[in-house]
Amino acid sequence: MRSEARLGLILLLTPLLLWLSLLIVIPHIDMALLSLRERVGVREYQTSFANFRTFIDEPLYLWTFLRTATMSILATAITLTIAFPVSWYIAKIARGRMQSALFLLCLVPFWVSELVRTFGWMILLRETGLFSGFLQWAGLSDGPVEMLYNDAAIMVGLVYTSMLFMVVPLVTTLESLDDSVIEAGYDLGGTGLSILREIVIPHAAPGIVSGCIVVFMLSLGNYLTPTMLGGKDSLWFTELIYSQFIVRFNWELGSAFGFLLLGLSSFIVWAALRLTGQTLQRTMG
Amino acid sequence: MTPDLECSRLVKRFDATTAVDDVSFDVPRGAFFSILGPSGCGKTTIMRMIAGFLDPTSGDIRIKGRSMKDVAPNKRPVNMVFQHLALFPMMNVADNIGYGLRRAGLPKAEIVRKVDAVLERISLPGIGARKTDELSGGQKQRVAIARCMVLEPAVLLLDEPLGALDLKLREHMKIELKALQAAFETTFVYITHDQSEALVMSDTIAVMNHGRFEQVGTGRDLYYRAETPFVAGFIGEANHWRGTVDAVDGETLRVRTDTGVTLTAARLGRPLGPGDAAEIFVRPEAIRVASNETETALFENRLSGTVASLLFNGANSRMLVRDGITRGEIDVALPQSADFAHLQAGAQVHLGWDAAQANCFAARKAADAL
Repeated sequence: MRSEARLGLILLLTPLLLWLSLLIVIPHIDMALLSLRERVGVREYQTSFANFRTFIDEPLYLWTFLRTATMSILATAITLTIAFPVSWYIAKIARGRMQSALFLLCLVPFWVSELVRTFGWMILLRETGLFSGFLQWAGLSDGPVEMLYNDAAIMVGLVYTSMLFMVVPLVTTLESLDDSVIEAGYDLGGTGLSILREIVIPHAAPGIVSGCIVVFMLSLGNYLTPTMLGGKDSLWFTELIYSQFIVRFNWELGSAFGFLLLGLSSFIVWAALRLTGQTLQRTMG
Repeated sequence: MTPDLECSRLVKRFDATTAVDDVSFDVPRGAFFSILGPSGCGKTTIMRMIAGFLDPTSGDIRIKGRSMKDVAPNKRPVNMVFQHLALFPMMNVADNIGYGLRRAGLPKAEIVRKVDAVLERISLPGIGARKTDELSGGQKQRVAIARCMVLEPAVLLLDEPLGALDLKLREHMKIELKALQAAFETTFVYITHDQSEALVMSDTIAVMNHGRFEQVGTGRDLYYRAETPFVAGFIGEANHWRGTVDAVDGETLRVRTDTGVTLTAARLGRPLGPGDAAEIFVRPEAIRVASNETETALFENRLSGTVASLLFNGANSRMLVRDGITRGEIDVALPQSADFAHLQAGAQVHLGWDAAQANCFAARKAADAL
């Protein structure tokens, strides 16, 4: 009987295990091995950390990574700042149909593919685009204004792309906050700001943390938005990885960069959690 | 001495509906005042106006003589114990109780001292470091009260705080709340739909219905001298008849009920004359039960019938007697004497009660009736 149950469990787990091992574990092991390989001659390889050393020795790579990380952190902060009041409105102020309608409005842009959404921004921001045209029409500018291919355009794109992933966990946690707890805060002498700090934010912390992790990781790993809105030379770390694999055909360095991205981003998330005194366990539980 | 809380001509309208309709009352210092009414009667609206979460459409609220017009909830000397207590789940017990003191800007040492002192008073010393979800229902209740009392408010508002507790604990908390109120010597305003909570704890009870106070008085007043048919029907159990006044003889009325019996009732100075529609209320315990007719001969109202069912409930046991003429059921308290210990359903009994025990009112409009 027991062995039968065990067999059943193994059979049920097989698809999942196959999926995980074939598509995630095995490629990663292969990538890890690849990243530790140094080419010393034609079809001659030896194991070394040379690829990782290149990352440290070459200022451009390190600088690009730092830039990517800083921009992603900034994008996360901006997304949180915009998403928090939006989520508050949806969770606490809007009622009934209005609530679902607003939530749906946040969701609708995600029915369109990311590529199309980003093209939408390009139509708005390019030299012959809507904003440029409006500025000229209003007499605020003499000639066409190029608003694409700069960091601000990348930031707009990143925040826009990430918004939903911040709003959803925030709305969920804010909805679970009992209104009478907020009223009790006022009743006992709290001001709006102190209630936000002592009651609302501690309650919403798991939502804030999970939203921030998702948005940060998505921004850091985003390829499309920085490339399209920031141009070819926007210096985004994923672009470096892409060019190593596809343009330079240097798979060894590319996979080393891939692992560096994984390791460093995990470190940043860990450090941020430590810094704010949050734990992943509390966020997930 | 100015009362701790004065509400004068309070009105609150929501769009077309009037939730609170011209209500005035005073609560003297140190009193336990209850507002009792069915759900939707407007009692929560009154409480939220006193706390400051709602603005009255017209009328004024004064606390210790000071008008609360345009005073924000966080600036009012009132605190509220919420229906579901609303303890802050992200803080431990000591931080919950200390929240108001921190907001008032007291020094840390002072806060620690006051929190410890109030925990002592609610007989829960040393639980400051506990999480709120580690407390039992009764402990949470006491912490919620302590969280308000530590601020020494002029008036403590309690919004059905016992509703979420189980029956046994609720009975216990009634006595404890009364004791806490005496210990803190603070004015309590308590709202509830549970008459036993109001009757047991309050000095004064206001019975509220459709946005108005029907009657304000002590529990005893409301129970024995109800002034409106709503109060007579709402407080305690009562047998209820509708009928028409046949004759008025000084302070007694002869009323012919819709079911066809003639009852004698007290007029109590109410303007009732022959031909008026009337309602009569008689308490189950005011009805005398006897096994032979001679024992009930002295009562103005006499009926005979058979026991339809016995509802055993210890000292509150009842029986339903089916009236021999109209076949209507009458709710009668079961006497706790040996004569009736072996009473069975189907037994013949005789009922009688004084005219003075039958409270008669002019009939309400059908919409207002229970």
